[in-house]
Amino acid sequence: MKFTYEVEGNEFIDAGVASSKFKTALQQLGIPSTIIRKIAIAMYEAEINMVIHANGGEILAEVTPTKIYVRLEDQGPGIPDIDLAMTAGYSTASEQARTMGFGAGMGLPNIKRYSDFLQVHSEVNVGTVVEISFDL
Amino acid sequence: MKIQQILEILQGELICGTKALLMEEIDYGYSCDLMSDVLAYVQNNVLLLTGLVHPQVIRTAEMLDIKAILIVRGKSPSEDMIRMANERSIVMIRTSHSLFTASGLLFQHGLLGEEIAHDEIHL
Repeated sequence: MKFTYEVEGNEFIDAGVASSKFKTALQQLGIPSTIIRKIAIAMYEAEINMVIHANGGEILAEVTPTKIYVRLEDQGPGIPDIDLAMTAGYSTASEQARTMGFGAGMGLPNIKRYSDFLQVHSEVNVGTVVEISFDL
Repeated sequence: MKIQQILEILQGELICGTKALLMEEIDYGYSCDLMSDVLAYVQNNVLLLTGLVHPQVIRTAEMLDIKAILIVRGKSPSEDMIRMANERSIVMIRTSHSLFTASGLLFQHGLLGEEIAHDEIHL
């Protein structure tokens, strides 16, 4: 089963709508709540990143009998050094992101922590693709 | 601790939440203005105490299945926040106490802190 969501950039109030919708969809599919929580947190962090760093993008989510896969693609500025971005505490977020309680440099480390698989492909001035999956 | 007791201990103002929701139990407290850290460290059924007033506080609570939010320092949540909390059956309480004092009063009445898992993330 596939789901797609458009994420608006710089819509700091609406950031998280896609994660909220997907969480509801997973609840309706009867996925265990402990797994839903991990997915919701990881996807929300990735969606917030998309809004604050990349002016939005597109999310594809897929539910299969064995796993849940989430792919977030943006045409943002890209990440020059992915290893650095994965470091807890490292952040390039704007002051506006900080006023909404983000930008602590915990996004990617959190996603890694809650997911079973995380892969980040990024090209400077082209965009970023974040792939996350969770085993069922 | 029931949400109703939290309201009474802090002499708080109920911003949104039904009587039935006030009877819900909370196991721990977590005090934080940084939503990234809330997402990183909260693993249990907590009351979120925060001085941050932004719709993303409600979203964060939603992702973590947090049932109640205590807004400290007398801050006022926006209409957007109240609507979002109502839609998700999240209780919001406001108190004029500081984050420290509100946390202290609840701790004194037996509400313990969420254990943080710093050993899992090397800061």
